[in-house]
Amino acid sequence: MKRMRKFAVGFAASILAAAVGVIAYAWQPAIAALPAPAAARADDQASLVARGARLAEAGDCMYCHTAQHGEPFAGGLPIGTPFGTIYSTNITPDPQTGIGRWSLAAFTRALREGVSRDGHLLYPAFPYPHFTKMSDEDIAALYAYLQTRTPVDAPAHPDALRFPLNFRPLMAGWNWLFLKKGPLAPPADAQSAAWLRGRYLVEGPAHCASCHTPMNALGAEKSGSPFAGGRIDGWNAPPLNALTRAPKPWTQAQLVAYLHTGIASEHGAAAGPMLPVTQHLANLPESDVDAMATYLMSLQPAAAAQPPAAVAVPPADAAQLRAGAALFTASCAACHADGAPMRDIGGRPPLGLGSALTADSPRNAIQLVLHGNPWNGSASAHYMPPFADVFDDQQIADVLAYARVHYAQRPAWPDVARRAAAIRKENPQP
Amino acid sequence: MITLSVNGVDHALDIDPSMPLLYALRNHLNLNGAKYGCGLGQCGACTVHVDGKPVFSCVTPASAVQGKPIRTIEGLGTPDRPSPLQHAFIDHQAAQCGYCIAGMIMRAQALLDTRPTSTEAEIRDYLQPNLCRCGTHMRIIGAIVQAFGAVAKQHTDDTHGAHA
Repeated sequence: MKRMRKFAVGFAASILAAAVGVIAYAWQPAIAALPAPAAARADDQASLVARGARLAEAGDCMYCHTAQHGEPFAGGLPIGTPFGTIYSTNITPDPQTGIGRWSLAAFTRALREGVSRDGHLLYPAFPYPHFTKMSDEDIAALYAYLQTRTPVDAPAHPDALRFPLNFRPLMAGWNWLFLKKGPLAPPADAQSAAWLRGRYLVEGPAHCASCHTPMNALGAEKSGSPFAGGRIDGWNAPPLNALTRAPKPWTQAQLVAYLHTGIASEHGAAAGPMLPVTQHLANLPESDVDAMATYLMSLQPAAAAQPPAAVAVPPADAAQLRAGAALFTASCAACHADGAPMRDIGGRPPLGLGSALTADSPRNAIQLVLHGNPWNGSASAHYMPPFADVFDDQQIADVLAYARVHYAQRPAWPDVARRAAAIRKENPQP
Repeated sequence: MITLSVNGVDHALDIDPSMPLLYALRNHLNLNGAKYGCGLGQCGACTVHVDGKPVFSCVTPASAVQGKPIRTIEGLGTPDRPSPLQHAFIDHQAAQCGYCIAGMIMRAQALLDTRPTSTEAEIRDYLQPNLCRCGTHMRIIGAIVQAFGAVAKQHTDDTHGAHA
């Protein structure tokens, strides 16, 4: 009895201590605003700004912090989360609406702890659980880079989160549970300089796991399954821990090409939310991208001793394949058929090797048929027109059945028409 | 047989189901407004409406759009009575070689039908898939902006008329 009571008291005390800790975290002091934006930077800042630019590209800060047709870094992009929509904020050096009067200390706290200058807690859609791993020097460089962008007057757009998540102090509990502050621990075994650099970029500024790791019910990366694949903006972010198990196993060279140019000749072109990532990684020195690939390749299981046995393709519905073949001939063949001129230029991968078509889930293939792949500057190799207004859901199922069986040599996905209808509804409406 | 409903008229065509809609329109219905540009859905010269939405008819299977209303530039106006958008293109002399113009007009018409109060920035964004190799984009945009203005004015006049 006594022991029970002792346990109960101890338990209550620890709950209380945790609550006090969480409340203490929720009450973060403001860090005084600078009286005016820091004065024009001297020339000796140039190398610091250049270093910051490189980190901003690795982290693709611009994508989330720029609204469609908006000014760079001025924020306002709606970001859909399972908990509602939040809007990115203005990180230009505008003194009123941006971060022009943020000191380096305030900027550092935001990146490391997810706390805004005035003390309010940020939401982890801003990937501070990764940025917390960045070095002091890199944070200072990123700060110098952002403070030399063009200031834009753009007030924050109010968020549209569901109760109770619209109550920011709750994030203290989230941070208590999920935020592991501080730099990466040194690796257990000696590693190459490239691996170390790659791990730092992937786990820190580039925050790859934010999309490529499944989320738990509270929107944090599931512990224990890093890089096991996630979902972002209606697209599957493929697992990054099974690259050597692809029908054509990924190699370091293919991964570097994919990350740096957006095209891997044996796997496909970047599309959906990954396209802007590759557009920004393109501005990194190849050594950084090579380092990222070095680290990512080290996460892979050993390649299967024998190539996976050819999957026995069960007989598909002949009528569906006939219908799909007719649609494919009219809509897809000019670019994707074996021997089509468009197949041979620009290092395009054969359709049968495309990650979207060989994946276990039809989700990304459906997204590609619906929306195509938008123009990527003058690099036409990515482009695919949208078919959302050409095909109905059953026609999408037919054409994908044909492409799966005939090109990927895999069984047709089940239930594609119903899933296409669902994905149409999920996607933001024009 | 494949039945296509084009500009309000049904046509039963004995064509292969894999024939692109563009070929059916041009070769079988003699509707030569839509043009073959790239054949890959990259240039927009072949743009027509299916169910009110602009599509690239060169990569649209005829068999996929059976029974859906198809509208081509021939369905907008006639030489004697051009539509407001066609009128504006004539006013601005927006065509140089003219190859892209039917596609440009059909794409702009789709926006005019659905969002007639679009701003010039929205018009430019919407027209982005359509290319013009002569470079008459400024006149094309000018014509479209004028047509949107004319339609908006017409709408205002009608509304006021109804109140009077």
